[in-house]
Amino acid sequence: MKKKHNLLQSKGTSSFFSVIMAIVAGLLFGFVILLISNYKNAFPALITIIKGGFTNGTSGLGQVLYMATPIIMTGLSVGFAFKTGLFNIGASGQFTTGAFVAVYIGIKWTFLPSGIHWIVALLGAIIAGALWGMVPGILKALANVNEVITSIMMNYIGIYLVNMLIVKSIYDPLKNQTESVPKSAIIPRGGLEQLFDVKNMNIGIFIAIFAVILIYIVLSKTTFGYELKACGHSPSASQYAGINDKRNIILSMVIAGALAGLGGGLLYLSGSGKYMQVIDILAPEGFNGISVALLGMSNPIGILFAGLFIAHIKVGGNNIQLYNYSAEIIDIIIAVIIYCGAFSLLFKNLIHKLTRRNKLEKEEGR
Amino acid sequence: MDIFYFIVQQTMFFAIPLLIVALGGMFAERSGVVNIALEGIMVMGAFTSIFFIHFMQDKMSGQLLLILAVLVAGLTGGIFSLLHAFASINLKADQTISGTALNMFAPAFAIFTARMIQTVQQVQFTDTFFISKVPVLGSIPVIGPLLFRNCYITTYIGIGIAIAAEIVINHTRFGLRLRSCGEHPQAADSVGINVYKIRYAGVVISGVLAGIGGLVFVVPTSTNFNATVAGYGFLALAVLIFGQWRTKRIIFAAFFFGIMKTFASAYSGIPFLKGLPISNEVYKMIPYIATLVILTISSKSSQAPRAEGIPYDKGSR
Repeated sequence: MKKKHNLLQSKGTSSFFSVIMAIVAGLLFGFVILLISNYKNAFPALITIIKGGFTNGTSGLGQVLYMATPIIMTGLSVGFAFKTGLFNIGASGQFTTGAFVAVYIGIKWTFLPSGIHWIVALLGAIIAGALWGMVPGILKALANVNEVITSIMMNYIGIYLVNMLIVKSIYDPLKNQTESVPKSAIIPRGGLEQLFDVKNMNIGIFIAIFAVILIYIVLSKTTFGYELKACGHSPSASQYAGINDKRNIILSMVIAGALAGLGGGLLYLSGSGKYMQVIDILAPEGFNGISVALLGMSNPIGILFAGLFIAHIKVGGNNIQLYNYSAEIIDIIIAVIIYCGAFSLLFKNLIHKLTRRNKLEKEEGR
Repeated sequence: MDIFYFIVQQTMFFAIPLLIVALGGMFAERSGVVNIALEGIMVMGAFTSIFFIHFMQDKMSGQLLLILAVLVAGLTGGIFSLLHAFASINLKADQTISGTALNMFAPAFAIFTARMIQTVQQVQFTDTFFISKVPVLGSIPVIGPLLFRNCYITTYIGIGIAIAAEIVINHTRFGLRLRSCGEHPQAADSVGINVYKIRYAGVVISGVLAGIGGLVFVVPTSTNFNATVAGYGFLALAVLIFGQWRTKRIIFAAFFFGIMKTFASAYSGIPFLKGLPISNEVYKMIPYIATLVILTISSKSSQAPRAEGIPYDKGSR
């Protein structure tokens, strides 16, 4: 019995419970909206949303993994910066610049042998994203400029710069998008396309999972990660303890940028027929990353599952269009789920109180 | 001279919504609550008020309709922002959580509702609000063409809000209390100020202004609303930080940004800029790069409210 109490009281368990409660609340809210807009199909639509990626056999699952890959990366980017006390609202710009460099190397550097080409392109994406993240980091560390505003500015500079560079170098004017990436730069499929029956599938999801594990190890098993978290908890205390907080702020933003940039590379080198368009709209993947990071409570493993979950119900959202509902209901549900995350403190206190009361009663009974 | 008038008139269209929303953000942040939900609140305000115009435009038109729409937008924004206030004040949650949720909710809700009601997501409206020349005032030399021609009534609403904001925050008892809650809520509480109430007021004011800002952004730039305010909520956040959370500097920052945006979007109408061999995209980047540079030079001493973003807990005094 004692063990169970410990389990209930542990931080991880109560976080997990509060996330589950939030998801239930979000789905209920979504259901109410479905009922209001058209009550006849509301129930089957809700079931379709919950079934999500499990609807169309393995192709649905493949679709989930494909959609989850970029948002896991941007989620990781935002979550990593959160851990250091920084709000990386610039994942969008880092994502876009990373995507551009990956596609550029993919199209232009065809002299590379095919086994290496895609790796170089992804490395390019990482470097571009890192540079884009470094600017807010340096400005924050050295000139004390709020990273939120610099990240927002870098988002816009990124999108306009990338549009300009696309038009100058790898432009397909007929479709207003980039030329297509040659096969040697497409991320290998690794046989997954047969396993999942989707041609979009590639080993990108494994690269994302590898990044998740790497970030998990860095954050929880290394001195460097400890220093980063210390800076996030209390900059002055960590300064006092002799941690170089300026260096850590810059490094944290560089790593966050690199993660988002890699996400961009993974999406646009997937050979799924998705091209970078020349439009003045910020990449939504960056902002979805904030949702993923919040839902995953900035924990790398949590972010992995949050990304998969969001992709899962997004696939469900595409399926409910059959019932004449608009797929935006999913964003509404996700918004409610994230909002309910605000109640997690309340949930935690409640669980804490309940378990303590149980314990007290037992002790009295004895 | 005509070009000069043109630049000023165009600047208003960009600067006024930024100004209104950034001032809204100022009320929230100086009471101690970071409001990154400005974007979402703008979308909600614009959505309901444009819908209002869409349905009412058969019965009325012109300035009365616009003013009523402004009220609708403000009301929507105020109510919507209560969600943010509740999460960040009562639940003491991380203030990015509810902000992000609201930003995500608003466009999805706008698209979903519009599609359910009228099958297309764009909400159309007829622009009967454009004033080519204000009577009497428009005839004053220099000032007339500068401020009272080719404009919208929302420009004057914006300027009125700026003046009111300056007075309220710096010259009233409420303003003093609001600022104290953002700097040192414990001290404010110890002298009998209800920190929760003041912070609620701050967030709701920011919601009302952001809602109005959404409408003010859409009306001069378009004749339909497509569930987006083009990132202006985030830009307003940037203007707020750029303006160091102070009214006068926010006004300066909003107009600086507005002028830069005008050059970026209307450079082809300005002869000496059109001749330069610079691409369209570079002009679009200039406002953001200029802001970055100025911030880097000026930001060494940030004047952010001290207790900004920290939930106030009565117990931990």
